[in-house]
Amino acid sequence: MPEDTRSPLIVNNPETQPFWEAAAEGRFIVRYCIACNRAHWYPRAICPFCFSDKTEWKQASGNGTVYSYSVMRRVPEPYAIAYVTLEEGPKMLTNLVECDFDAIRIGHRVKVVFKPSSEGMQLPMFTPA
Amino acid sequence: MSINGRAYIVGAFEHPTRKATDKSVALLHAEVARGAIEDAGLAKEDIDGYFCAGDAPGGALSMVDYLNLKVRHLDATEIGGASYPLHVSHAAQAIAMGKCNIALITLAGRPRSEGLKLGLAPREGPPSQPDLQWEFPFRPTTVNAYALCAMRHMHEFGTTSEQLAWIKVAASHHAQYNPNAMLPNVVTVKEVVDSPMVSDPLHRLDCCVVSDGGGALIVAKPEIARKLKRPLVKVLGAGEAIKGQNGGDIDLTYSGAVWSGPAAFSEAGVTTNDIKYVSIYDSFTITVLIQLEDLGFCKKGDGGKFVSDGNLISGTGRLPFNTDGGGLCNNHPSNRGGMTKIIEAVRQLRGEAHPAVQVKNCNLALAQATGGRLGTRSASTTLILERE
Repeated sequence: MPEDTRSPLIVNNPETQPFWEAAAEGRFIVRYCIACNRAHWYPRAICPFCFSDKTEWKQASGNGTVYSYSVMRRVPEPYAIAYVTLEEGPKMLTNLVECDFDAIRIGHRVKVVFKPSSEGMQLPMFTPA
Repeated sequence: MSINGRAYIVGAFEHPTRKATDKSVALLHAEVARGAIEDAGLAKEDIDGYFCAGDAPGGALSMVDYLNLKVRHLDATEIGGASYPLHVSHAAQAIAMGKCNIALITLAGRPRSEGLKLGLAPREGPPSQPDLQWEFPFRPTTVNAYALCAMRHMHEFGTTSEQLAWIKVAASHHAQYNPNAMLPNVVTVKEVVDSPMVSDPLHRLDCCVVSDGGGALIVAKPEIARKLKRPLVKVLGAGEAIKGQNGGDIDLTYSGAVWSGPAAFSEAGVTTNDIKYVSIYDSFTITVLIQLEDLGFCKKGDGGKFVSDGNLISGTGRLPFNTDGGGLCNNHPSNRGGMTKIIEAVRQLRGEAHPAVQVKNCNLALAQATGGRLGTRSASTTLILERE
């Protein structure tokens, strides 16, 4: 068997493997509960709201708005961390990229863009829509 | 059944060191244990319960052996800097149940000597930790996770950097009287907002210090407390809570203190108006503001106005806080502020705070701590103590 070279963060985690496989293909999916009709974040097999196991992956629009953000200044390469409210409902921790950090505001519309991590993961980040 | 009146804090000790290059972490634990036992007027052999958190090297197993304790009750609940008020509460429960009579709680660490700049670096954990893969790659640090809360609080309520700065100013007014404080100089609002931006909107002076040190407490049953020669500091009530991300239904403007606070007040049978002094965990200025609101000292969103104009300064303000200088100016051993919050509350209740910051007739105090990060998931513990 070939050695698994993916990040140790996602190896051996069957619960979340489909997300990262989709991400590697540039598809952004969220976990959705068909018992309570609600998407959640981060993805879980058992719904964190109603505790049903009737959950499934759903293609997300990739659209969202900035709920909060902060630009980390005291590092060699400043970066923007943010919570983005997805069109599907939940808020997720992410980075804002390919934008003027000084122009970011809460409420700005953003869309998903995948960026590779140093460990070969494709990370869902957001850029101005 | 309640813990109200079932246990007393009979010993308290804060390590005077702020940089311990010449000591091991285990030794710091032993030194604070010795200090608290001596403060109580007890001997090591009297200890029959031990409480520690994630800072204890090797956990309870190694620490009990290292200290050579003979205990019949143990609790190593780890919820970051909020662990220690919880330990006092759990010690009181254990004492009420007859599981132990005299409990020792220790905290120590030396992040400063070890060069750990934990505020600026993302912290990795075990890959099996379910949230890690969804957060660590985006580089959340302690400071930017709290900055997210500050940014949202400003957006929703109009809170300003100047208002947050007042919290640091008040802490610095107190720190000038503490010979052990890392930052003993009084600062102004302008100095805080003019200090370098670390992670918007938090400036360097919105952040706590990184220090070595530690502290310990002894909690004992009433019959024993009354035989000792120290002032009687009674445990009146406590609350504990964890606030997570709620499946993505996130609101960054409040903390778990909205649950731990009312639980503690209810058990203590007192209200915010009765409290003479508060120790509020101050990893950052915003941490204080959000917890004060959540505990009910002012309305949600009014924290900025409440902390302004010296309202937290002992002697002049309405609600004296962190009279040792707190984490913002005094110390932050092991990057965990919960222990020192309790110790200064005990000093105030005993009348042993510095005379310049001692609150008059201080008979009721509250200690509030946060563990983890307000911006991702955090624990909140609240402890209410009374001078008998």
